[in-house]
Amino acid sequence: MKQDKYTDLLTYIIVSMTQLTAAAWSMVIECPEVAGKAQPGQFVDLLPDGNFTLRRPISICGIDRAAGTLRIVFEVRGKGTKALSELRAGDTVNMLAPLGHGFTLPEQSARAILIGGGIGTPPMLPLAEYFGKNAVVISGFRSKDSAILQEDFAGTGAKTILCTDDGSAGRYGLVTLPLEEEIKTQKPDLICACGPMPMLRATAALAETYEIPCQVSLEERMGCGIGACLVCACRTKDKNGDEQYTHVCKNGPVFDAKEVLW
Amino acid sequence: MADLSVNICGIPFKNPIIPASGVFGYGREYERYYPLSKLGGIATKGTTGAKRTGNLAPRVAETTSGMLNSVGLQNPGIDHFIAEELPHLLACDTVILANIAGATAEECAEVAAKLDKTDVHMIELNISCPNVKQGGAAFGTSCTAAAEVTRAVRRATSKPLCVKLSPNVTSITEIAKAVEGEGADAVSLINTLLGMRIDLRTRRPILRNNMGGFSGPAVFPVAVRMVWQVANAVKIPVIGMGGVASGEDAAELMMAGASAVQVGTAIVQDPYAPLRIIDELNDWLDANRIQTAAELTGTVKPW
Repeated sequence: MKQDKYTDLLTYIIVSMTQLTAAAWSMVIECPEVAGKAQPGQFVDLLPDGNFTLRRPISICGIDRAAGTLRIVFEVRGKGTKALSELRAGDTVNMLAPLGHGFTLPEQSARAILIGGGIGTPPMLPLAEYFGKNAVVISGFRSKDSAILQEDFAGTGAKTILCTDDGSAGRYGLVTLPLEEEIKTQKPDLICACGPMPMLRATAALAETYEIPCQVSLEERMGCGIGACLVCACRTKDKNGDEQYTHVCKNGPVFDAKEVLW
Repeated sequence: MADLSVNICGIPFKNPIIPASGVFGYGREYERYYPLSKLGGIATKGTTGAKRTGNLAPRVAETTSGMLNSVGLQNPGIDHFIAEELPHLLACDTVILANIAGATAEECAEVAAKLDKTDVHMIELNISCPNVKQGGAAFGTSCTAAAEVTRAVRRATSKPLCVKLSPNVTSITEIAKAVEGEGADAVSLINTLLGMRIDLRTRRPILRNNMGGFSGPAVFPVAVRMVWQVANAVKIPVIGMGGVASGEDAAELMMAGASAVQVGTAIVQDPYAPLRIIDELNDWLDANRIQTAAELTGTVKPW
């Protein structure tokens, strides 16, 4: 897109770009006004350069109000995220942000279990920073090679538990096993989760069994990102328990697990 | 500064650029980006008699220079629209085109009758939604059905009536003439083209609805062709749309015969797209020493 006074309003400078794994990248964007408003669980919507019609929604991994920056971590999944991964410090990016409804946070003294699966792990980092030592972060990846952000999580003071599908790092198996152990050890006040649907479904089921409030961050193919075009539909229950479609970009991405029709 | 104003069916528009139905909701999401009064008009999200929940997700897929959607007319119903959304829209100092749809001609007429009692400026009757089994493409793809639904709505309202046509037909001019014959005051075109994409890994269509409406810059030449054909076939004004992404695209569609231009997919990508297109159209008119946008309409010189 050629630059004009309207694109200027959405154009931000990339401060740093770091490759975390073969597929995952960390991007820090200078955006003081956005960083000042952004809340954990919200997302940014990036338009890659080139022949792309749709923006790429990416969850916020870090909010640094003092520095006026946001950090995002994303995985190369297709041509759009590949184009984004080719950006470097000093380049600009076209971004709509902050978007969506984030996590509803209790007191910092609450005990929270944070569950991240694969590229669903990054939005857990601002929560780990918020809850600090009162948080347990359980993150799951396919293998050691795809594990990300473990040092960042450790740096927050939270207890961290790493799981891999193939046992090449941390514990062998799914995040729901240590989740249930942690619940039995000390029942948390809140569970927050982001990751693949089967993981979220299993986490929500455990939260329901043990009667623990649970918030999940969902993903769906998105259009406008601001709640107008209605493409990113999510099946939820309304106040009366009736089925309705709400929208991941505006009503979410974070939903109360009880609202979601799994 | 060129004069961008146009007049369609006696309604003055401050400029010819109108967000198309479906991408703009009822405008609320865009108000935090700019005042809606800057727009020529707003075609509101398609509204049916009763609330509709729409289709299962995924409802969107990216394509080369475009996208597919299969929202399926999700909307809260006409009573909610009139009570909760229309008063706010009418206070926005722009022309409001209420887009309506229905499963039957009777439902469309009932919705139009309710709008007839409001101050809405224009009714845009959608007979071309590709994403619902009834009431969408079924009306728009046969002259008889298009005429029947237009007749029913025409009887229900004296508001200016624009009928939105489907490109998924053998001859769009025949449909246009059929709705003109039943008293349509204008036609708008093109709605999306029926399309499909498949995920190679899962061998599943990307859209949960299998097929969806194809839009974006890729369809622009189809829009130019159909607007040109229809403008030559009917006497009523044509509102053009289909892949418009720049002021020059808007000028081109107007030369083909459009009196105003709707913008859809470009807004999905960038909320500021309509303002950019208005500015670019003005700049293009100035650069070419054309004093009014309205004088572009139908000025193509075909070979």
